[in-house]
Amino acid sequence: MKKEDVPQDLSSLGKITKEVCYATDKSGKYVTELSKGWDVKITALDTHWEEIEQRVAIAKQKVLNHEASPLLFFMEKNLMDAELLAGYAGFWKWQVKRHLRPEIFKKLSDKKLQRYAEVFNVTIDDLKNINVHEA
Amino acid sequence: MKLNFEHLQSAHCENGVTRSLLKNIGINQITEPLAFGIGSGLFYVYIPLLKINNGPVIAFRPMPGLIFKRTCKALGIPVIRKKFSSKQKAEVFLNSTLNEGHPVGCQVGVYYLTYFPKEYRFHFNAHNLIVYGKEDDKYLISDPVMETVTSLNSYELERVRFARGTLSPRGQIYYPEAGAVITEDQIKKAIVSGIKKNVREMLNIPFPFVGVKGIRYTGNKIKQWRNKLGVKQAGLYLAQLVRMQEEIGTGGGGFRYIYAAFLQEAYAYHPIDDLLEISKMFTESGDLWRTAAIQAAGIYKGRITSQEDFDTMGNYLIEIADIEYKAFTALKNIKWR
Repeated sequence: MKKEDVPQDLSSLGKITKEVCYATDKSGKYVTELSKGWDVKITALDTHWEEIEQRVAIAKQKVLNHEASPLLFFMEKNLMDAELLAGYAGFWKWQVKRHLRPEIFKKLSDKKLQRYAEVFNVTIDDLKNINVHEA
Repeated sequence: MKLNFEHLQSAHCENGVTRSLLKNIGINQITEPLAFGIGSGLFYVYIPLLKINNGPVIAFRPMPGLIFKRTCKALGIPVIRKKFSSKQKAEVFLNSTLNEGHPVGCQVGVYYLTYFPKEYRFHFNAHNLIVYGKEDDKYLISDPVMETVTSLNSYELERVRFARGTLSPRGQIYYPEAGAVITEDQIKKAIVSGIKKNVREMLNIPFPFVGVKGIRYTGNKIKQWRNKLGVKQAGLYLAQLVRMQEEIGTGGGGFRYIYAAFLQEAYAYHPIDDLLEISKMFTESGDLWRTAAIQAAGIYKGRITSQEDFDTMGNYLIEIADIEYKAFTALKNIKWR
């Protein structure tokens, strides 16, 4: 890639920091050049987030239909699976899977709920009522 | 307490941490491309069947920690490295190391990394940063992919040092021992051993999905994705490939440009004309990776979705594999003096 071809399409990262790219100058020697972003990368990331939002929407509907506990919504929202959530909250994976059932979730102690709430950066009330605060 | 430390921005986090930590102990010769090349940083693997973030597992670099480890080893610099099971012990060790005057590298997860934009925060545990001081509850952070220094409070730092999931860092901390002096001869030898190891990893690992073979394998798979996965899912897979190839840290073209820059710098130590020619081949390969990324973007945007478009995409990777096969074979056949 030539230095003048380094793309400068402003990405959400580009607003915070530019990134270093390696490119060649007129004599063919490699130099570094800062880039604000590249359209191809921005759409790749967008595609990924659209898919995540879809998964979150499906999870939310399941919670509203009482097919799953609010935990499923927060798990998807935080891009986690049961195993990862178990790691963060300090449970076993099979426990998390049980807690995903609404009837089991309802009986959880505040102490246990607090562990989940902390992982998701929300309060216990938010957790029960699927409220989200955008950080 | 704030250690005397100069922040340097790099394309890739681990190269950057390596370069900065070495510079900090008085070793100024190691640039980012040299750290990358001596550490045999170029790689390719596509692991079929395994999934991460609901997409395929594709990597353009070796396991985290390897670049630093190999570079220091090749240069004969002793390294202190520790992992922890206890968060308290990890913090005590970090504080005492800082008190002794050593800036330290930390492996972290990016999901809870507060200074990153939200869109970039995935459960990805192979990021590296440097802690170079502490003021009250605030740790001073030099993150090599950022233009300027930043900070994290002790809770935030603990959270990213103890991120969970694949490749969890477990508080991993590392720094080179001070006092080493590097001669030109050592760098020359380190360059040769770094290249030889990279040639082996790209040409000789006997799995079909690793190295140059792996690129060709992926190219052939991509041609089947449309029928196997459907246009939408196949598009997501391609978006994943592009992110691994181009997102923060690769310097563009899946690290191929950094490697081309490394070969130019290697020429200053080993004036063998082949190195410059092979450098051009890696530039060509990097350019083709980016052309392929544009083709992929056409597919995941839904603009071009026919089987022919997938064939074109797959053929780009097969062409890249051909170029890199030639390039690595040429590197293998260099007569080092």
